Amino acid sequence: MLKMRGVEVSYGKICALHGVDLEIRSGEIVTLIGANGAGKSTLLMAISGLARPIQGCIEFLGEEIQALPPNRIVERGISQVPEGRRIFPQLTVRENLELGAFCRHDPQGVRDDLAYVFSLFPILASRSQQLGGTLSGGEQQMLAISRALMARPSLLLLDEPSLGLAPIVIRQIFSIIQKINQEHKTTVFLVEQNANLALKVASRGYVLENGRVTMTDSADNLLRHEGVRQAYLGV
Amino acid sequence: MWAELKKGAAVAVWFMFLTLPIMVVKVNPIEQTVVWRWANLVWLGAAVFVLTVVGRYCSRHRTELSAFWPDAHPLLAHPQLKRFLLIVLALLATLFPLFFSSYQINIMTTALMYAVLGLGLNIVVGLAGLLDLGYVAFYAVGAYSYALLNYHFGLGFWAALPIGGLLAAIFGVLLGFPVLRLRGDYLAIVTLGFGEIIRLILENWNDFSFGPSGIAGIPRPGLFGLTLSVDDAIMYIYYLVLLLGLITIFVVNRLRDSRIGRAWIALREDEIACQAMGIDKTKTKLTAFALGASWAGMVGVLFAAKTTFVNPASFTFLESAIILSIVVLGGMGSTVGVVIGALVFILLPEYLRAFADYRMLLFGAIMVGVMVFRPQGIIGNPRRRSYPLPMAAADQEVGHE
Repeated sequence: MLKMRGVEVSYGKICALHGVDLEIRSGEIVTLIGANGAGKSTLLMAISGLARPIQGCIEFLGEEIQALPPNRIVERGISQVPEGRRIFPQLTVRENLELGAFCRHDPQGVRDDLAYVFSLFPILASRSQQLGGTLSGGEQQMLAISRALMARPSLLLLDEPSLGLAPIVIRQIFSIIQKINQEHKTTVFLVEQNANLALKVASRGYVLENGRVTMTDSADNLLRHEGVRQAYLGV
Repeated sequence: MWAELKKGAAVAVWFMFLTLPIMVVKVNPIEQTVVWRWANLVWLGAAVFVLTVVGRYCSRHRTELSAFWPDAHPLLAHPQLKRFLLIVLALLATLFPLFFSSYQINIMTTALMYAVLGLGLNIVVGLAGLLDLGYVAFYAVGAYSYALLNYHFGLGFWAALPIGGLLAAIFGVLLGFPVLRLRGDYLAIVTLGFGEIIRLILENWNDFSFGPSGIAGIPRPGLFGLTLSVDDAIMYIYYLVLLLGLITIFVVNRLRDSRIGRAWIALREDEIACQAMGIDKTKTKLTAFALGASWAGMVGVLFAAKTTFVNPASFTFLESAIILSIVVLGGMGSTVGVVIGALVFILLPEYLRAFADYRMLLFGAIMVGVMVFRPQGIIGNPRRRSYPLPMAAADQEVGHE
């Protein structure tokens, strides 16, 4: 579904990604784990078109997308839950969700999807008229995921959905991520620092170190791998 | 309380000391005498003392004080009453010129023109969150396009009105392109420069714009070929501006609730998230600049027609600052707020003429007062209010169901 070949991204003189190769197949949950500053967020930004690769190509459904503007990429079915949630604080929950469906032109489908995300996260339905900035951290994360789903993506990119949340909320969010993957056949690309949790829901994983993919395997194998356990699982 | 009084006394004493040379000592160099006006000192001390104590009391209680003036008065929520008030307002606005002198009509026309300018700038600053300090440039473009098109090609007011708006929109896009990547302070500096560039071009390019002497003899707006007396023309322009104002309010409100309006608000709130939602940032910014500028262009044409004379001195940075103040003071993002802001801002200095020399001092004091006690503007945008308590709002929501 998504293929990255030799993708290089740099911010000025600082090189964030040195030729990343990566593949995501339709219907999978794939996770990317790595330490702070490994380039995980940059990789997602490159897929979404918010950071321009200076080299390499990103192929989505057989077409190169690395030169497309961000809005065209969303239209093709890739939608991102940005790091730190980035919801619109002065807009209501409902308006936030409507903005998620900005690039769609089927009002009926948008209404259906609104009902769908409200069924996923009932708390959002009861807060639909509240300003986004007044939600708690967990609710904001739910809103950010719902907002991304409103674009009805075929590939959902999640950037650290567990950031700053209580363990119980994290578990709830991860089970919903699995549910979205199973019910809607939405492919999920999950970037996480919480490697343990991420590898448990994912089928495959990539390890990113200093802008390079150093390891890739099935999630189970990575969970058992000695190096990964020491570096990322804290065992 | 005692501490407050002591503080007030200390400020008063310090003030008396500072102003001693100006307020008390009066040297007469001709008769070589020094007059000591001690009475002044007493009055000044008393005034400063009272002002300090009252001012400190008010600023300690400013949340209560600003609650005196709620953003949406409960009475206004009543739809019938609201309609009634609107009808009364419309009648007042329509009948106004029949009962007042040309002078009054003239300043009201100016105030309404600034209301339209404020609403236009509100698109850029209030909705899209792009701080534009050079808005007057578009006003100048509108005014000069009518003046020059009339001078060279004899174009009438009605033909120039849409052209002025369109040209201003084009200049808006011209400004928009180089500042696509800029935000906040940097954007403010570039737009400030842009405004000055336009003014300096008009001032120095004599062959094109006739320099500082400007262009005179611009015809007033036509009315089916009738010749109007000066008084009638003033009244006619008043109605034109009123009409333009109503159209502006209607269009700007529709724009705000439209797709593009949502995109502007999203851009203001969070640029990265806005792009991640699939909103075209370039298009959104450029339309904000273009649609904001077009109103200034049209008001510019009206301005040229009203004064029958344009020169670069009318388009200084001060104008941009006034329009921006109208938007901020009235309440960013609020249509009613901007209109009220324009009326207050333009009418108040006129009516303060009774206070002669102290006019601008009083005006400044009022502005400071509004910003201290109503930081959200005269009519705050409900969205920009402090957040309602999450629990209370949730309970309300449940109550509705």
